Amino acid sequence: MSTALSQKLDAVSGNASGGHRVNPGELDLSHKVILYLDGISVSFDGFKALNDLSLTIDAGELRAIIGPNGAGKTTMMDVITGKTRPDSGTAFFGQSLDLTRMNEPEIAHAGIGRKFQKPTIFEQLTVFENLELAMKTDKRVWKSLFAQLASDERDRVADTLQRIRLVDEADRLAGLLSHGQKQWLEIGMLLMQEPRLLLLDEPVAGMTDEETERTAELFVSLAGKHSLVVVEHDMAFVEALGGKVTVLHEGAVLAEGDLATVQNDARVIEVYLGR
Amino acid sequence: MRTPLSVRMFQSLPRTAWLALAIFAAIAWIAIPAAHLLLPESSPFHVSAYTVTLLGKILCYAVVAVAMDLIWGYAGILSLGHGVFFALGGYAFGMYLMRQIGTDGSYGVALPDFMVFLDWKALPWFWVGSDSFLWALIMVVAVPGLLAFVFGWFAFRSRIKGVYFSIITQALTYATMLLFFRNETGFGGNNGFTDFKRILGYDITSPQMRLVLFGLSAALLIAVLILGRYLVTSKFGRVLAAIRDAESRVRFIGYQPTQYKLAIWTLSAVLCALAGALYVPQVGIINPSEMSPANSIEIAVWVAVGGRGTLIGGVIGAFIVNLAKSFFTVSFPDYWLFFLGFLFIGVTLFLPDGVVGLWRKLRGKRAIEDTDTPTETPADAKGASA
Ligand SMILES: Nc1ncnc2c1ncn2[C@@H]1O[C@H](COP(=O)(O)OP(=O)(O)OP(=O)(O)O)[C@@H](O)[C@H]1O
Ligand SMILES: [Mg+2]
Repeated sequence: MSTALSQKLDAVSGNASGGHRVNPGELDLSHKVILYLDGISVSFDGFKALNDLSLTIDAGELRAIIGPNGAGKTTMMDVITGKTRPDSGTAFFGQSLDLTRMNEPEIAHAGIGRKFQKPTIFEQLTVFENLELAMKTDKRVWKSLFAQLASDERDRVADTLQRIRLVDEADRLAGLLSHGQKQWLEIGMLLMQEPRLLLLDEPVAGMTDEETERTAELFVSLAGKHSLVVVEHDMAFVEALGGKVTVLHEGAVLAEGDLATVQNDARVIEVYLGR
Repeated sequence: MRTPLSVRMFQSLPRTAWLALAIFAAIAWIAIPAAHLLLPESSPFHVSAYTVTLLGKILCYAVVAVAMDLIWGYAGILSLGHGVFFALGGYAFGMYLMRQIGTDGSYGVALPDFMVFLDWKALPWFWVGSDSFLWALIMVVAVPGLLAFVFGWFAFRSRIKGVYFSIITQALTYATMLLFFRNETGFGGNNGFTDFKRILGYDITSPQMRLVLFGLSAALLIAVLILGRYLVTSKFGRVLAAIRDAESRVRFIGYQPTQYKLAIWTLSAVLCALAGALYVPQVGIINPSEMSPANSIEIAVWVAVGGRGTLIGGVIGAFIVNLAKSFFTVSFPDYWLFFLGFLFIGVTLFLPDGVVGLWRKLRGKRAIEDTDTPTETPADAKGASA
């Protein structure tokens, strides 16, 4: 991680290492790292929800984040997506995009999609319409006033419907779906955004075992082309993801490595797994 | 491959709605003018001047109700200050009407009477240009539109929502009313504007002018219904519904809710202003009491009675409440406010979806089958699952 951070510093101080050109406002993955968090602290009324948190995610990586309740997992996602401003520290998307200076829609446009811990979909709209609104496109008022679905866009919605297995529910109001289906719909909305980095906060909560398994398959198939950060308490699911695992505790990284290493770490057992 | 806008506007209304609009247009533009001008007063089918004016007035209210439904029913923003935009539209056009009086006022000078009375020697700067019809039309749109834009910009950017937003809109209309009550503000103080004589040189009290204004009110209502329907069935309308449901989610998928709210809010205010501009020459007076907080609350009652999130509900509500009002204020003037209060409580308790909701329920129409209504009200969704 320290090498990644020094590369970052190089990049900030005038591109000494690379010499490549980047368009401002565009995601730059020249150092193969998609997300840098460095020394992030967030406190609520004196309570430190994040305490000097540093973390990097490689491009194409599938990372699981585990940790006890209140460890700061959701708060970390709030910082990355612009919902919460950190008191200190830096958050970069690729080499060039400073997340602490962007608002939520800007970050979404830059290519970070997020699934919330509590499924949030548009209950009064149909499943199809939920996906339509999430689709990557020009989202300014003027464009929406005159927008028409082109046939390739329709196909994209249809593809996603298939992927999240909601083809038969396309015209139902989203509010009428089961809890697991709502989770899938929200994942589908995320896919429609075509983000480079997906943040998924407890995506399989409330799903059946079969649904959980399918979700793991989906995420594994997305890795490589996309980068994923998955927060989850379900250990079987984390195992099925097969990637690197980071343990958060009291707002900082406690351990990091493959699942077996982490599970055998004495401190992790003490604060989290052993309970 | 892309469908032209006019065709999409046409397609956004179901056939029955076009038929209803055509019948409405025939009544407003042919039947009523004929019955007013051609039939003798002794005929039972004669439509009196009083009736034409009353109906014209209610048509203007109906436009306001549809504008209100656009923001309340579809975007979930309850304004309790829409009267201010209606009144400002009325005042902007009223200034032109005052100038059209010319030297026919009580003092026989070109200056409006109230200015002579205040001993002013010349028109204040903001009255410059008010003798031009075109300028008046521009001001009708520009002044309320700008006020709504600036107010909305601050309110939405600060993420003021729900009841807090409603309260500050009440404050907005109340403060503006107090401002207009002052003589020094330059809009005739508590008497406002009245005694109009002409529009474009034509006698404002002639039956022909009365029918023109009435016909224009009907045309405005038709246009607003078509525009509104297009908006709520467009992607723009779906984003508004999404904002109503889960605003933060909308932000995370890359939309700027502030801009969407600002757009529909400003449009809604401008539609109210146009209605106000048509209302003033028909009733012949505009004064600050149009901006009283109670007036704005009444607008919300019209929409609640007719049915929120339906557009046509606003029209129905405006007619029901205002016909009842003109009946009560003639027969039982003391009881009108009680009736209005009971009506509102009754509708809230027993008809949460208003008259249109009741109608749909009676027809057993289910939300899911109703494919021509993409944004369902919450109760429709419940009805469908029940
Ligand atoms: N807006 C807030 N105001 C005050 N305290 C907050 C706020 N948001 C989070 N916290 C606190 O910060 C700590 C970290 O919360 P966070 O939601 O990030 O935990 P988490 O790791 O996601 O936990 P869980 O597994 O329960 O979802 C908790 O103690 C929480 O109570
Ligand atoms: Mg959490």
